[in-house]
Amino acid sequence: MSKRKPYERELPTDWWLKHAFYTKYMIREGSSILITLYSLILAWGVFRLSQGPEAWQAWLDCLTHPLSILLHLAVLVLALYHTITWFSLAPKAADLWIKGKKLEDKPIVIGHYVALAITTIVALIIVAAY
Amino acid sequence: MAETLIDIDILRYRPEEDDAPHLQTYQIPFDDEMSILEALQYIKDELDSTVSFRWSCRMAICGSCGMMVNGEPKLGCKVFLRDYFPNKITLEPLANFPIERDLVVVMDDFIEKLESIKPYIIPAQEKSIDDGEYIQTPEQMAKYKQFSMCINCGLCYAACPQYALNKEFTGPAALSLLARYNRDSRDAGGAERMKIVNAEEGVWGCTFVGYCSKVCPKGVDPAAAIQLFKVESAKDYLIAMFKPD
Repeated sequence: MSKRKPYERELPTDWWLKHAFYTKYMIREGSSILITLYSLILAWGVFRLSQGPEAWQAWLDCLTHPLSILLHLAVLVLALYHTITWFSLAPKAADLWIKGKKLEDKPIVIGHYVALAITTIVALIIVAAY
Repeated sequence: MAETLIDIDILRYRPEEDDAPHLQTYQIPFDDEMSILEALQYIKDELDSTVSFRWSCRMAICGSCGMMVNGEPKLGCKVFLRDYFPNKITLEPLANFPIERDLVVVMDDFIEKLESIKPYIIPAQEKSIDDGEYIQTPEQMAKYKQFSMCINCGLCYAACPQYALNKEFTGPAALSLLARYNRDSRDAGGAERMKIVNAEEGVWGCTFVGYCSKVCPKGVDPAAAIQLFKVESAKDYLIAMFKPD
């Protein structure tokens, strides 16, 4: 008779706290929750704008609340973290070959930062103009 | 001069007498040039002959000695006592696999997954040996070479929380192997294999944790293979919308 009795280990629910790599991954993915909240607040603002100047002003006043500022700061930090981690992973989803050689990771990552810088500058110019 | 010692904890599990695994501590002389695998061999030869572990080549080619070293998937032959000294080292069998005995795991599921992706060249037209070989340029080989370096050690499955949560997931090594064949210019089985890629348990089971690529001892980069397939799979989906079979 076989003495085999393979033992299955259970995955603890806090598996993502056991290793920094997993924790960072969960923060990266978890950032989407606060970013969704940010998008909803923004969408709410557009809705309030459609309701007239008073409604719009009330929404703007809401944003000056310390809790709102704190939330937006947290969103900014997480969005930046997501951006940095995403850009560093971007080369894995790129399969660019030039003259029979695979493009190195570095130019792909730098390209993403250049695109981010350009869009940020364009957005700031538009905001400054109006 | 007194001998320098180092403590090594090993997760023991002997199915004929244990109901659950437990740690056992061994103390061995520290040697700057000793690999974890050699430390295990020392323990087996000098201290406790009942300790079980797999090994063969001692040079990161055979892929047998994968294990968790202080919680990280490593090849026993590729890490050294000096990487951890003076701290204690904890050795456990590869995560996400059932334990057969001590550091030996059951890899059947992993092997079945490797087999399931049709890991052989499917030519567009069979040629007889008289017709000669299938010609390939170095440039064409470069497209898949990285994905052909896998030694089937299973470290990437031990690193993958998605595989831990759902054993149906095809997983990093099998999908990299699939990439190795789909990217081969001599192969025409791409469409057949894309069915495996597109499936629920195919590439979409991956959430891009990326730890598989970090732990891979051969630089295969399974996460890249999977993300590239997500692009292919999305293209397949779009094309299928306009051109149903």
